[in-house]
Amino acid sequence: MPDSAAPLAVLELELINAIGSATTVAEVEAVRVAALGKTGTISGLLKGMGALSPDARREQGPMINGLRDRVSAALAGKKAELEAAELDARLKSEHIDLTLPARPRRKGGVHPTMQVMDEMIALFAEMGFAVAEGPDIEDDFHNFTALNFPPKHPAREMHDTFFLKPDPETGERKVLRTHTSPVQVRTMMSQTPPIRIIAPGRTFRKDSDATHTPMFHQIEGLVIGKDIHMGHLKTTLETFVARFFELDGVDARFRPHHFPFTEPSAEMDIRCDRSGGKLVLNEGDDWLEILGCGMVHPNVLRSCGIDPDEWQGFAFGMGVDRMAMLKYGVPDLRPMFEADIRWLAHYGFSAFAAPNPASGLS
Amino acid sequence: MKFTLSWLKDHLETDAEVHAIAEAMTMAGLEVEHVADPAAALAPFTVAKIVSATRHPNADRLQVCQVETIDGMKEIVCGAPNARAGLTTIYAPIGAYVPGLGVTLVEKPVRGVVSNGMLCSASELNLSDESDGIQELPPEIPVGTPVAKLFGAEPVIDFEVTPNRPDWLGVAGIARDLAAAGVGTLKHYDVATVRGAFPSPISVRLDSPEMCPVFAGRVIRGVQNGPSPAWLQTRLTAIGLRSINRLVDVTNLIAYDRARPLHVYDMARLVGSGIVVRAGQISAATPSQEGGEHEHLIALDGKTYTVDPTMCVVADAGGERPIGLGGVMGGESTGCSDETTDVFLESAWFDPIVTAQTGRTLTISSDAQYRFARGVDPASVVPGIELATRLILDLCGGEPSEIVLAGEHPANPLPFAFDPAYVKQLSGMDLADDRIGTILGQLGFLVTAAPVGSAQPWIVTPPSWRRDVEGKADLVEEVARIHGFQHLPNIPLPDQGAPSKGVLNPRQARVRIARRALAAMGYAEAVTWSFTKQDIAALFGGGDERLLVDNPIASDLDCMRPSALPNLIQAAARNAARGHGDVALFEIGPIYLGDQPNDQRTVIAGLISPRAARHWAGSGDDALFALKADLMAVLDAVGAPTASLQLAQGSNRDWWHPGRSARLQLGPKTVVAEFGAVHPRVLKALDADGPILAFEIVLDAVPEPRSKAGATKARGNADLPNLMPLTRDFAFVVEDDKAAGDLVRAVQGADKALIAEVRVFDVYRGAGVPEGSRSVALEVVVQPREATLTEVEIEALSSRIVTAAAKVGGTLRS
Repeated sequence: MPDSAAPLAVLELELINAIGSATTVAEVEAVRVAALGKTGTISGLLKGMGALSPDARREQGPMINGLRDRVSAALAGKKAELEAAELDARLKSEHIDLTLPARPRRKGGVHPTMQVMDEMIALFAEMGFAVAEGPDIEDDFHNFTALNFPPKHPAREMHDTFFLKPDPETGERKVLRTHTSPVQVRTMMSQTPPIRIIAPGRTFRKDSDATHTPMFHQIEGLVIGKDIHMGHLKTTLETFVARFFELDGVDARFRPHHFPFTEPSAEMDIRCDRSGGKLVLNEGDDWLEILGCGMVHPNVLRSCGIDPDEWQGFAFGMGVDRMAMLKYGVPDLRPMFEADIRWLAHYGFSAFAAPNPASGLS
Repeated sequence: MKFTLSWLKDHLETDAEVHAIAEAMTMAGLEVEHVADPAAALAPFTVAKIVSATRHPNADRLQVCQVETIDGMKEIVCGAPNARAGLTTIYAPIGAYVPGLGVTLVEKPVRGVVSNGMLCSASELNLSDESDGIQELPPEIPVGTPVAKLFGAEPVIDFEVTPNRPDWLGVAGIARDLAAAGVGTLKHYDVATVRGAFPSPISVRLDSPEMCPVFAGRVIRGVQNGPSPAWLQTRLTAIGLRSINRLVDVTNLIAYDRARPLHVYDMARLVGSGIVVRAGQISAATPSQEGGEHEHLIALDGKTYTVDPTMCVVADAGGERPIGLGGVMGGESTGCSDETTDVFLESAWFDPIVTAQTGRTLTISSDAQYRFARGVDPASVVPGIELATRLILDLCGGEPSEIVLAGEHPANPLPFAFDPAYVKQLSGMDLADDRIGTILGQLGFLVTAAPVGSAQPWIVTPPSWRRDVEGKADLVEEVARIHGFQHLPNIPLPDQGAPSKGVLNPRQARVRIARRALAAMGYAEAVTWSFTKQDIAALFGGGDERLLVDNPIASDLDCMRPSALPNLIQAAARNAARGHGDVALFEIGPIYLGDQPNDQRTVIAGLISPRAARHWAGSGDDALFALKADLMAVLDAVGAPTASLQLAQGSNRDWWHPGRSARLQLGPKTVVAEFGAVHPRVLKALDADGPILAFEIVLDAVPEPRSKAGATKARGNADLPNLMPLTRDFAFVVEDDKAAGDLVRAVQGADKALIAEVRVFDVYRGAGVPEGSRSVALEVVVQPREATLTEVEIEALSSRIVTAAAKVGGTLRS
């Protein structure tokens, strides 16, 4: 070993020891400045190389450079090690008890009647039905007369109509529409056939018990064409009801009935079983009344300016709230309109459950 | 309408059992609501004879009987004291359900002796209320006879009569439809004419033929009234009617048998010899009686009714004394009793509308009123009186007068042309012409061939009892329902292809978006009444007389709502009363500003009752500004021009907190929404605790985005500058009455090209800021467009900002 090697080895030992015993990044930095800073020991050696003879330089150069590289590496290693330890320590001190509850977020929802309304609109939209609307406060003509209710006929009584106060000048009494059929009338009076619409909306009857509320919702439908007959009615409604209840098919019967505005008229029933305390469709010996329907009465077409010898078609109507109850097992109608947040939370639907053909109705 | 099976079989030859009949009725449009079948409950029980009875070995009060039964000899233990050898009684086998006891018999020893059945009393079978021992039957009744047959217990069918079919209010009419539907054969009865022995001593005059166009009467002298025979009592009581006396029971029988109401007057109690049918009268007005005095009638139900000129009155005493409301109810003064010996029988036709109106006005109903209001067969006036005469003579004896007939019955339905091909055209069902003709014929329609060369091959005349039939569609209904809707074909609607775009109009689409947006923001959708109470409506700018409900369901729901907020506020209060104070509700629905079609608006109303539970991390956002954020987000979602909406504070209507509410508008006349805290006075009136924060958007006031003709849905290029935005902070001192929003807007307007956004990051009052003012600190985001801004340019922009702020009263805070 040349003489000059011995002091370098000592220096290296000292520096490596100093690095090894450093406990903070600051101490490592102090060692680095002492060795590699402007006036550091290794820096001094490197500067001194210029004054050496070429031979000595050839001999000592690699030794000094080697020393510098090893010390630099040791410094970097130690620094990384200490930084990691310090980070660990700091993170440990930043502990947060995540078992604490988050700030509660209000959970909103869509009312079941409105969800079902959207479902029905989606199903009929696929069959080409547009959505028509009209006012809740109607006149006698649109709610009754145009729909072939003769004046003072007992059929009017069946509707338990709400009346507004008579107009002080004309004596006319406006009615709260008892069905959405006036929308059919307005549509037929303003459009030329063919027509294919549904009319959803609020309806009113003076009735209040477990299955009746003074306000409820209906969806009615109207199809007018040249050759639309009861066979079309049957298929349209069976398809709709099966799809609404998300069944492959439906065991339905059409039962003759009477409505002033249709001729022939029918009610549609679905086979059901209620024996187990819940409703099972397509099974059992019971029948569940779903909706009323029929061929639009020629007098109605005539009242709306449509020639019944040229055009014909069918109409139907059903209670939306009731359909919601049947589909989603809501036992009582009245809470539908009470806005009890516990009820809404239980029977409401996610904002993102918008009916669509890909993910289904709800 | 109720009837028994045996009654139906008087008119219909059929072997069908009751449930098959009920099913056929329902499928023909006579919707059966209930079939009571007492015979089914009695089916296990038969007649038996006790051969011997000996004392039970282990019980003094029991006997062991050997009984001859339908199942052979049986040993039966019986506790009845009247059980004895030779008694004919009722036997229940093991397994029978005894309705009066509510038990099903099982084979088990009674004190050590096995009883193989039970001997029954009438009360154990629910055939009587109380019994004294087991039933004692006449000895001649053979063993094995069904008990149901013995007691005349028979099925009762109850069904809904639709208002178009008054003929179904008689059993004969039901039978006709069932015969057509193939359930049996209709039995025809010819109504025999009963010859009168003397002219009617009572005359009839019709003063109001529009109310009563035809009236037939007849006197029967020397009748003996009294309790009806058992068959008649049973027939009436089986369907829930009360048996009164023979004369009255005959009229009720015919009302339910032929849908032909009749009335009987006790002749001895009539005043004078003339009946006048006229409108109700009001005496001439006198000074003491303004407007005159109405007539009154004490009807058979014992109640006094005030008659008015819209009602039809039957009067005696030369037309002076009302003795009945025509077609509705007779008077107490001339009613028949057991003492009646001479009777005046009425068979008339009263106008349906008049009868219906009278029933409504007086809230009076009767079997006659129900039938006349729906329309009685006008051709049944004379046959009805003949039928009744025959029955009265049979049951009460007596001598009939000739019939006195005043007026004539309304015209029968007119014949019209019909093409049987229309059945297929309207119903889709392909029926042979023969079948169509047969169905119509069985229902009483007269079908004849039209003259050669007519456009339609048939002439069809509806029967007199089918005044509801007026055209070809009615005939299709008759044919289709009798042939059966189960034969309807399945035909899909003509395929129009999937619609090229959505079917909702822009308003409908916006409602749907708003609903889902608010639900996603944490609001629960409510649906509340369109009604409220008038004085509550008045608090919200409504309560107009024109929007009052004349016949409300409840006094607090007597007015159409001018806003959705009162119902939501009351809902919040109800929830709070149940311990759920923190609610967020919304409703999208109508409000009513008037009674015309275009007075209805659609509102999107939201409500927050901020009662957040205490939280370890402190309170959250300011609720009012959270609500404002939600409101702006909904408006944005429905495509409202949020950037051009002006916020005006201090001009809200008076149900809002004057200092904590504002409105969003597009100019002062187009108010899109109001929001803020609800006025405490209003909350108090609604029994709600404050604060309640709310908004109400009038959707109709939110302009729809303009769609340019020929525009596609392509969106143009996005604004994606390459240069980094920079921010500069400013603090302006403004007086308290100056709106921060105006300052922000002014600063934004200082350089519309460069200033991308202005954020308020601090509002400060206190040291360094003059009393009555506050410091509003703004962070202005500057977006360089062409090149990085130089210091000089930034300085220039800053001074433009300061100048702009100064114009709205903001001075740079030094």
